[in-house]
Amino acid sequence: MLGVKDLYCERDDRVLFRNLGFETAAGDIWQIQGSNGSGKTTLLRILCGLNDEYQGEIHWNGQALHKVRADFHRQLFYLGHAPAINKTLTPRENLRWFCASRGLDKTDEIKQALNSFKLYGYDDLPCYQLSAGQQRRVSLARLKLSAAPLWIVDEPFTALDKAGVAELEAFLESHADNGGTVILTTHHSLNMKSPVKTIDLDALATQVAA
Amino acid sequence: MSIVIATLRRELLIAFRSPGDMINPLMFFVIAVTLFPLGVGSDKAFLSEIASGVIWVTALLAVMLSMDSLFRSDYEDGSLEQLLLSPQPIYFIILAKVAGHWLISGLPLVILAPVLASMLALPQQSLLPLLAGLMLGTPILTLLGAIGMALTVGLSRSGLLLAVLILPLYIPVLVFGTGLVDSAQGGMGISGLLALLGAMLVLAVCLAPLAIVAALRISVN
Repeated sequence: MLGVKDLYCERDDRVLFRNLGFETAAGDIWQIQGSNGSGKTTLLRILCGLNDEYQGEIHWNGQALHKVRADFHRQLFYLGHAPAINKTLTPRENLRWFCASRGLDKTDEIKQALNSFKLYGYDDLPCYQLSAGQQRRVSLARLKLSAAPLWIVDEPFTALDKAGVAELEAFLESHADNGGTVILTTHHSLNMKSPVKTIDLDALATQVAA
Repeated sequence: MSIVIATLRRELLIAFRSPGDMINPLMFFVIAVTLFPLGVGSDKAFLSEIASGVIWVTALLAVMLSMDSLFRSDYEDGSLEQLLLSPQPIYFIILAKVAGHWLISGLPLVILAPVLASMLALPQQSLLPLLAGLMLGTPILTLLGAIGMALTVGLSRSGLLLAVLILPLYIPVLVFGTGLVDSAQGGMGISGLLALLGAMLVLAVCLAPLAIVAALRISVN
Protein backbone atom coordinates (compact mmCIF):
# COMPACT_ATOMS: atom_id res chain seq x y z
CA MET A 1 0.00 0.00 0.00
CA LEU A 2 1.44 3.37 1.03
CA GLY A 3 5.15 3.38 1.86
CA VAL A 4 7.26 6.26 3.12
CA LYS A 5 11.06 6.34 3.20
CA ASP A 6 13.44 8.94 4.62
CA LEU A 7 10.82 11.65 4.68
CA TYR A 8 12.13 15.06 5.63
CA CYS A 9 10.13 18.23 6.01
CA GLU A 10 10.87 21.61 7.46
CA ARG A 11 8.65 24.60 7.88
CA ASP A 12 9.82 28.14 8.63
CA ASP A 13 13.37 26.84 9.33
CA ARG A 14 12.04 24.34 11.84
CA VAL A 15 12.54 20.64 11.11
CA LEU A 16 9.21 18.86 11.53
CA PHE A 17 10.48 15.35 10.91
CA ARG A 18 13.53 13.65 9.51
CA ASN A 19 14.16 10.03 8.46
CA LEU A 20 10.49 9.27 8.83
CA GLY A 21 9.65 5.88 7.37
CA PHE A 22 6.74 3.48 7.55
CA GLU A 23 4.81 1.08 5.37
CA THR A 24 1.08 0.57 5.63
CA ALA A 25 -0.63 -2.71 4.87
CA ALA A 26 -4.25 -3.68 4.27
CA GLY A 27 -6.08 -3.80 7.59
CA ASP A 28 -3.84 -1.27 9.33
CA ILE A 29 -4.93 1.64 11.48
CA TRP A 30 -2.23 4.27 11.90
CA GLN A 31 -2.51 7.12 14.35
CA ILE A 32 -0.24 10.13 13.94
CA GLN A 33 0.39 11.68 17.33
CA GLY A 34 2.01 14.95 18.28
CA SER A 35 1.37 18.24 20.01
CA ASN A 36 -0.12 21.26 18.26
CA GLY A 37 2.15 22.46 15.51
CA SER A 38 4.18 19.25 15.38
CA GLY A 39 3.28 18.70 11.72
CA LYS A 40 0.48 16.14 11.79
CA THR A 41 -1.66 17.90 9.22
CA THR A 42 1.42 18.68 7.10
CA LEU A 43 2.33 14.99 7.08
CA LEU A 44 -1.18 13.94 6.03
CA ARG A 45 -1.23 16.54 3.27
CA ILE A 46 2.16 15.35 2.05
CA LEU A 47 0.86 11.77 1.96
CA CYS A 48 -2.15 12.89 -0.12
CA GLY A 49 -0.01 14.80 -2.59
CA LEU A 50 -1.47 18.19 -1.64
CA ASN A 51 1.83 19.45 -0.26
CA ASP A 52 5.09 18.87 -2.10
CA GLU A 53 7.52 20.73 0.13
CA TYR A 54 9.35 17.64 1.35
CA GLN A 55 12.29 15.44 0.57
CA GLY A 56 12.22 11.67 0.55
CA GLU A 57 10.24 8.99 -1.17
CA ILE A 58 6.57 8.08 -1.04
CA HIS A 59 5.46 4.90 -2.76
CA TRP A 60 2.06 3.62 -3.65
CA ASN A 61 1.96 -0.15 -4.28
CA GLY A 62 5.71 -0.08 -4.91
CA GLN A 63 5.69 2.79 -7.42
CA ALA A 64 6.68 6.42 -6.87
CA LEU A 65 3.58 8.40 -5.93
CA HIS A 66 3.91 11.12 -8.57
CA LYS A 67 3.93 8.49 -11.33
CA VAL A 68 0.71 6.79 -10.24
CA ARG A 69 -1.15 9.87 -9.04
CA ALA A 70 -4.37 9.15 -10.92
CA ASP A 71 -4.57 5.59 -9.64
CA PHE A 72 -3.65 6.75 -6.13
CA HIS A 73 -6.41 9.37 -6.10
CA ARG A 74 -8.94 6.72 -7.12
CA GLN A 75 -7.96 4.64 -4.09
CA LEU A 76 -7.75 7.54 -1.64
CA PHE A 77 -10.34 9.17 0.54
CA TYR A 78 -9.05 12.29 2.27
CA LEU A 79 -10.87 14.33 4.84
CA GLY A 80 -9.02 17.42 5.98
CA HIS A 81 -9.43 19.84 8.85
CA ALA A 82 -12.10 21.77 7.01
CA PRO A 83 -15.29 19.75 6.44
CA ALA A 84 -15.40 20.43 2.66
CA ILE A 85 -19.10 21.16 2.93
CA ASN A 86 -20.64 24.10 1.10
CA LYS A 87 -22.89 25.74 3.64
CA THR A 88 -25.46 27.05 1.19
CA LEU A 89 -26.08 23.58 -0.21
CA THR A 90 -28.06 20.87 1.54
CA PRO A 91 -26.37 17.69 2.83
CA ARG A 92 -27.88 15.77 -0.07
CA GLU A 93 -26.55 18.23 -2.68
CA ASN A 94 -23.12 18.21 -1.07
CA LEU A 95 -22.95 14.42 -1.14
CA ARG A 96 -24.30 14.26 -4.68
CA TRP A 97 -21.41 16.36 -5.95
CA PHE A 98 -18.99 14.26 -3.91
CA CYS A 99 -20.29 11.09 -5.58
CA ALA A 100 -19.97 12.67 -9.03
CA SER A 101 -16.44 13.90 -8.29
CA ARG A 102 -15.45 10.37 -7.26
CA GLY A 103 -17.18 8.79 -10.25
CA LEU A 104 -19.59 6.94 -7.96
CA ASP A 105 -23.11 6.21 -9.10
CA LYS A 106 -24.69 6.10 -5.67
CA THR A 107 -27.43 8.73 -5.67
CA ASP A 108 -29.84 6.23 -4.09
CA GLU A 109 -27.50 5.47 -1.21
CA ILE A 110 -27.04 9.09 -0.14
CA LYS A 111 -30.14 9.08 2.04
CA GLN A 112 -29.03 5.87 3.69
CA ALA A 113 -25.55 7.27 4.35
CA LEU A 114 -27.03 10.41 5.92
CA ASN A 115 -29.40 8.33 8.05
CA SER A 116 -26.58 6.19 9.35
CA PHE A 117 -24.91 9.36 10.59
CA LYS A 118 -28.10 10.44 12.37
CA LEU A 119 -29.06 13.10 9.87
CA TYR A 120 -32.51 11.74 9.20
CA GLY A 121 -34.82 14.61 8.30
CA TYR A 122 -31.96 17.03 7.69
CA ASP A 123 -31.30 16.01 4.06
CA ASP A 124 -32.87 19.07 2.53
CA LEU A 125 -31.88 21.83 4.94
CA PRO A 126 -29.04 24.15 3.93
CA CYS A 127 -25.91 23.18 5.87
CA TYR A 128 -25.57 26.58 7.54
CA GLN A 129 -28.66 25.70 9.55
CA LEU A 130 -26.96 22.59 10.95
CA SER A 131 -24.79 22.56 14.08
CA ALA A 132 -21.01 22.10 13.87
CA GLY A 133 -21.36 18.46 14.91
CA GLN A 134 -24.03 17.82 12.29
CA GLN A 135 -21.88 19.45 9.60
CA ARG A 136 -19.05 17.15 10.63
CA ARG A 137 -21.47 14.22 10.28
CA VAL A 138 -22.39 15.30 6.76
CA SER A 139 -18.71 15.36 5.97
CA LEU A 140 -18.19 11.92 7.51
CA ALA A 141 -21.20 10.44 5.69
CA ARG A 142 -18.93 10.48 2.64
CA LEU A 143 -16.96 7.65 4.23
CA LYS A 144 -20.06 5.48 3.78
CA LEU A 145 -20.24 6.31 0.08
CA SER A 146 -16.54 6.11 -0.64
CA ALA A 147 -15.21 2.98 -2.30
CA ALA A 148 -11.57 3.87 -1.62
CA PRO A 149 -9.45 1.46 0.42
CA LEU A 150 -7.13 4.11 1.88
CA TRP A 151 -8.68 6.65 4.24
CA ILE A 152 -6.61 9.59 5.42
CA VAL A 153 -8.61 11.55 7.97
CA ASP A 154 -7.45 14.61 9.89
CA GLU A 155 -9.05 15.05 13.32
CA PRO A 156 -12.29 13.26 12.36
CA PHE A 157 -13.65 13.36 15.91
CA THR A 158 -13.81 17.17 16.14
CA ALA A 159 -17.23 18.43 17.26
CA LEU A 160 -18.76 14.95 17.50
CA ASP A 161 -20.72 13.95 20.60
CA LYS A 162 -19.69 10.92 22.72
CA ALA A 163 -21.98 8.48 20.93
CA GLY A 164 -20.78 9.83 17.60
CA VAL A 165 -17.14 9.29 18.56
CA ALA A 166 -17.80 5.67 19.55
CA GLU A 167 -19.75 5.02 16.34
CA LEU A 168 -17.03 6.56 14.19
CA GLU A 169 -14.34 4.51 15.96
CA ALA A 170 -16.33 1.35 15.30
CA PHE A 171 -16.84 2.40 11.70
CA LEU A 172 -13.14 3.10 11.10
CA GLU A 173 -12.34 -0.25 12.70
CA SER A 174 -14.79 -2.08 10.47
CA HIS A 175 -13.14 -0.49 7.42
CA ALA A 176 -9.77 -1.88 8.57
CA ASP A 177 -11.35 -5.27 9.28
CA ASN A 178 -12.63 -5.33 5.71
CA GLY A 179 -9.11 -4.91 4.38
CA GLY A 180 -8.98 -1.11 4.24
CA THR A 181 -6.32 1.16 5.69
CA VAL A 182 -6.91 4.15 7.94
CA ILE A 183 -4.40 6.88 8.73
CA LEU A 184 -5.70 9.44 11.19
CA THR A 185 -4.69 12.16 13.57
CA THR A 186 -6.51 12.79 16.80
CA HIS A 187 -5.81 14.11 20.28
CA HIS A 188 -8.42 11.84 21.75
CA SER A 189 -7.29 8.42 23.00
CA LEU A 190 -8.67 5.81 20.68
CA ASN A 191 -10.77 3.04 22.10
CA MET A 192 -10.41 0.30 19.52
CA LYS A 193 -10.14 -3.46 19.76
CA SER A 194 -7.76 -3.89 16.84
CA PRO A 195 -4.12 -2.82 17.30
CA VAL A 196 -3.38 0.79 16.37
CA LYS A 197 0.09 1.60 15.05
CA THR A 198 1.35 5.01 16.05
CA ILE A 199 3.79 7.56 14.72
CA ASP A 200 4.81 10.03 17.40
CA LEU A 201 6.02 13.24 15.79
CA ASP A 202 7.07 14.73 19.15
CA ALA A 203 9.39 11.77 19.75
CA LEU A 204 10.82 12.21 16.25
CA ALA A 205 11.37 15.92 16.94
CA THR A 206 13.39 15.14 20.12
CA GLN A 207 15.56 12.79 18.08
CA VAL A 208 16.17 15.61 15.63
CA ALA A 209 17.09 17.98 18.44
CA ALA A 210 19.47 15.41 19.93
CA MET B 1 -19.29 13.53 -18.50
CA SER B 2 -21.62 13.38 -15.51
CA ILE B 3 -19.02 15.28 -13.49
CA VAL B 4 -19.38 18.28 -15.86
CA ILE B 5 -23.14 18.36 -15.38
CA ALA B 6 -22.81 17.80 -11.62
CA THR B 7 -20.28 20.63 -11.28
CA LEU B 8 -22.35 23.03 -13.40
CA ARG B 9 -25.40 22.18 -11.33
CA ARG B 10 -23.51 22.74 -8.08
CA GLU B 11 -22.17 26.14 -9.25
CA LEU B 12 -25.59 27.34 -10.35
CA LEU B 13 -27.26 26.13 -7.15
CA ILE B 14 -24.69 27.94 -5.00
CA ALA B 15 -25.13 31.09 -7.08
CA PHE B 16 -28.90 31.09 -6.75
CA ARG B 17 -28.71 30.42 -3.00
CA SER B 18 -26.43 33.43 -2.46
CA PRO B 19 -27.69 35.92 -5.06
CA GLY B 20 -25.59 38.78 -3.68
CA ASP B 21 -22.47 37.40 -5.32
CA MET B 22 -24.32 37.37 -8.60
CA ILE B 23 -26.16 40.69 -8.42
CA ASN B 24 -23.43 42.96 -7.02
CA PRO B 25 -21.14 42.91 -10.09
CA LEU B 26 -24.22 43.52 -12.27
CA MET B 27 -25.25 46.50 -10.15
CA PHE B 28 -21.68 47.78 -10.40
CA PHE B 29 -21.89 47.47 -14.19
CA VAL B 30 -25.15 49.45 -14.38
CA ILE B 31 -24.13 52.14 -11.88
CA ALA B 32 -20.62 52.68 -13.28
CA VAL B 33 -21.95 53.08 -16.84
CA THR B 34 -24.65 55.45 -15.57
CA LEU B 35 -22.01 57.67 -14.00
CA PHE B 36 -20.46 58.51 -17.37
CA PRO B 37 -23.26 60.65 -18.83
CA LEU B 38 -23.42 62.43 -15.46
CA GLY B 39 -19.69 63.06 -15.50
CA VAL B 40 -18.97 63.93 -19.13
CA GLY B 41 -22.26 65.60 -20.00
CA SER B 42 -25.20 64.43 -22.02
CA ASP B 43 -24.02 65.50 -25.47
CA LYS B 44 -25.41 62.73 -27.67
CA ALA B 45 -22.69 62.82 -30.32
CA PHE B 46 -19.92 62.61 -27.74
CA LEU B 47 -21.66 59.85 -25.76
CA SER B 48 -22.21 57.70 -28.82
CA GLU B 49 -18.51 58.02 -29.59
CA ILE B 50 -17.37 56.75 -26.19
CA ALA B 51 -20.26 54.32 -25.63
CA SER B 52 -18.56 51.11 -26.72
CA GLY B 53 -15.38 51.91 -24.80
CA VAL B 54 -17.28 52.72 -21.62
CA ILE B 55 -19.35 49.54 -21.82
CA TRP B 56 -16.32 47.37 -22.54
CA VAL B 57 -14.14 48.81 -19.76
CA THR B 58 -16.94 48.61 -17.23
CA ALA B 59 -17.83 45.06 -18.25
CA LEU B 60 -14.18 44.12 -17.88
CA LEU B 61 -14.05 45.55 -14.36
CA ALA B 62 -17.36 43.90 -13.44
CA VAL B 63 -16.03 40.51 -14.55
CA MET B 64 -12.93 41.07 -12.47
CA LEU B 65 -14.98 42.02 -9.41
CA SER B 66 -17.11 38.90 -9.79
CA MET B 67 -14.10 36.58 -9.75
CA ASP B 68 -13.79 36.54 -5.98
CA SER B 69 -16.74 34.17 -5.55
CA LEU B 70 -15.26 31.60 -7.95
CA PHE B 71 -12.80 29.81 -5.64
CA ARG B 72 -12.99 31.71 -2.34
CA SER B 73 -15.60 29.64 -0.50
CA ASP B 74 -14.24 26.36 -1.89
CA TYR B 75 -10.81 27.31 -0.62
CA GLU B 76 -12.10 28.20 2.82
CA ASP B 77 -14.30 25.16 3.38
CA GLY B 78 -11.84 22.61 2.00
CA SER B 79 -13.81 21.68 -1.14
CA LEU B 80 -10.88 22.82 -3.26
CA GLU B 81 -8.66 20.11 -1.80
CA GLN B 82 -11.33 17.52 -2.56
CA LEU B 83 -11.58 18.86 -6.10
CA LEU B 84 -7.81 18.54 -6.61
CA LEU B 85 -7.86 14.99 -5.26
CA SER B 86 -10.70 13.92 -7.52
CA PRO B 87 -9.87 11.00 -9.81
CA GLN B 88 -12.13 12.53 -12.48
CA PRO B 89 -10.48 14.64 -15.21
CA ILE B 90 -9.80 17.88 -13.39
CA TYR B 91 -9.54 19.85 -16.65
CA PHE B 92 -13.26 19.34 -17.26
CA ILE B 93 -14.23 20.00 -13.65
CA ILE B 94 -12.46 23.37 -13.79
CA LEU B 95 -13.91 24.16 -17.21
CA ALA B 96 -17.39 23.40 -15.90
CA LYS B 97 -16.79 25.56 -12.85
CA VAL B 98 -15.66 28.51 -14.96
CA ALA B 99 -18.50 27.99 -17.44
CA GLY B 100 -20.98 28.02 -14.56
CA HIS B 101 -19.42 31.21 -13.29
CA TRP B 102 -19.68 32.84 -16.72
CA LEU B 103 -23.36 31.89 -16.96
CA ILE B 104 -24.11 33.83 -13.77
CA SER B 105 -21.68 36.73 -14.16
CA GLY B 106 -20.71 37.19 -17.84
CA LEU B 107 -23.92 36.34 -19.62
CA PRO B 108 -26.09 38.76 -17.58
CA LEU B 109 -23.65 41.55 -18.58
CA VAL B 110 -24.20 40.73 -22.25
CA ILE B 111 -27.96 40.72 -21.69
CA LEU B 112 -27.91 44.09 -19.92
CA ALA B 113 -25.58 45.73 -22.44
CA PRO B 114 -28.28 46.77 -25.00
CA VAL B 115 -30.12 48.78 -22.34
CA LEU B 116 -26.97 50.63 -21.36
CA ALA B 117 -25.97 51.04 -25.02
CA SER B 118 -29.22 52.84 -25.78
CA MET B 119 -28.70 55.02 -22.71
CA LEU B 120 -25.31 56.06 -24.14
CA ALA B 121 -26.88 56.65 -27.59
CA LEU B 122 -24.84 53.93 -29.29
CA PRO B 123 -25.82 53.91 -33.01
CA GLN B 124 -28.17 51.10 -33.97
CA GLN B 125 -25.77 49.48 -36.45
CA SER B 126 -23.09 49.17 -33.71
CA LEU B 127 -25.25 47.28 -31.27
CA LEU B 128 -24.87 43.85 -32.84
CA PRO B 129 -21.05 44.08 -33.10
CA LEU B 130 -20.93 45.19 -29.47
CA LEU B 131 -23.01 42.22 -28.32
CA ALA B 132 -21.14 39.74 -30.50
CA GLY B 133 -17.86 41.04 -29.10
CA LEU B 134 -19.09 40.80 -25.51
CA MET B 135 -20.49 37.32 -26.13
CA LEU B 136 -17.07 36.09 -27.30
CA GLY B 137 -15.02 38.35 -25.05
CA THR B 138 -16.56 37.90 -21.58
CA PRO B 139 -15.79 34.15 -21.44
CA ILE B 140 -12.15 34.99 -22.22
CA LEU B 141 -12.18 37.56 -19.42
CA THR B 142 -13.68 34.99 -17.03
CA LEU B 143 -11.09 32.35 -17.96
CA LEU B 144 -8.17 34.77 -17.57
CA GLY B 145 -9.62 36.12 -14.33
CA ALA B 146 -9.90 32.57 -13.02
CA ILE B 147 -6.15 32.11 -13.49
CA GLY B 148 -5.47 35.22 -11.41
CA MET B 149 -8.03 34.21 -8.82
CA ALA B 150 -6.53 30.71 -8.56
CA LEU B 151 -3.12 32.27 -7.90
CA THR B 152 -4.35 34.68 -5.25
CA VAL B 153 -7.07 32.67 -3.49
CA GLY B 154 -4.68 31.71 -0.69
CA LEU B 155 -3.95 35.34 0.18
CA SER B 156 -6.24 37.08 2.60
CA ARG B 157 -6.54 40.44 0.83
CA SER B 158 -6.08 39.70 -2.82
CA GLY B 159 -8.40 42.29 -4.43
CA LEU B 160 -5.86 44.80 -5.72
CA LEU B 161 -3.23 42.17 -6.47
CA LEU B 162 -5.78 40.40 -8.66
CA ALA B 163 -6.37 43.64 -10.58
CA VAL B 164 -2.65 44.19 -11.09
CA LEU B 165 -2.19 40.61 -12.26
CA ILE B 166 -5.02 40.25 -14.73
CA LEU B 167 -5.91 43.70 -16.06
CA PRO B 168 -2.83 43.72 -18.35
CA LEU B 169 -4.00 40.36 -19.73
CA TYR B 170 -7.39 41.90 -20.53
CA ILE B 171 -5.90 44.49 -22.90
CA PRO B 172 -6.04 42.41 -26.12
CA VAL B 173 -9.68 41.52 -25.53
CA LEU B 174 -10.50 45.18 -24.90
CA VAL B 175 -8.65 46.32 -28.02
CA PHE B 176 -10.36 43.82 -30.32
CA GLY B 177 -13.74 44.21 -28.64
CA THR B 178 -13.87 47.99 -29.04
CA GLY B 179 -12.18 47.73 -32.44
CA LEU B 180 -15.11 45.61 -33.57
CA VAL B 181 -17.58 48.38 -32.78
CA ASP B 182 -15.36 51.06 -34.38
CA SER B 183 -15.09 49.06 -37.61
CA ALA B 184 -18.85 48.67 -37.74
CA GLN B 185 -19.35 52.40 -37.13
CA GLY B 186 -16.83 53.15 -39.88
CA GLY B 187 -18.73 50.88 -42.27
CA MET B 188 -15.97 48.25 -42.46
CA GLY B 189 -16.38 44.50 -42.18
CA ILE B 190 -16.18 42.92 -38.76
CA SER B 191 -15.71 39.26 -39.63
CA GLY B 192 -11.93 39.42 -39.32
CA LEU B 193 -11.96 40.85 -35.81
CA LEU B 194 -14.75 38.48 -34.79
CA ALA B 195 -12.67 35.56 -36.00
CA LEU B 196 -9.71 36.84 -33.99
CA LEU B 197 -11.80 37.09 -30.83
CA GLY B 198 -13.17 33.62 -31.51
CA ALA B 199 -9.66 32.25 -31.91
CA MET B 200 -8.67 33.86 -28.61
CA LEU B 201 -11.67 32.23 -26.95
CA VAL B 202 -10.73 28.79 -28.31
CA LEU B 203 -7.18 29.27 -27.12
CA ALA B 204 -8.36 30.37 -23.67
CA VAL B 205 -10.74 27.41 -23.35
CA CYS B 206 -7.94 25.02 -24.28
CA LEU B 207 -5.13 26.45 -22.18
CA ALA B 208 -6.57 28.44 -19.27
CA PRO B 209 -7.88 25.40 -17.33
CA LEU B 210 -4.35 23.95 -17.30
CA ALA B 211 -2.98 27.18 -15.84
CA ILE B 212 -5.86 27.35 -13.34
CA VAL B 213 -5.17 23.80 -12.09
CA ALA B 214 -1.45 24.51 -11.73
CA ALA B 215 -2.19 27.76 -9.87
CA LEU B 216 -4.68 26.05 -7.56
CA ARG B 217 -2.12 23.38 -6.67
CA ILE B 218 0.29 26.13 -5.66
CA SER B 219 -2.40 27.92 -3.65
CA VAL B 220 -3.39 24.90 -1.54
CA ASN B 221 0.22 23.80 -1.02
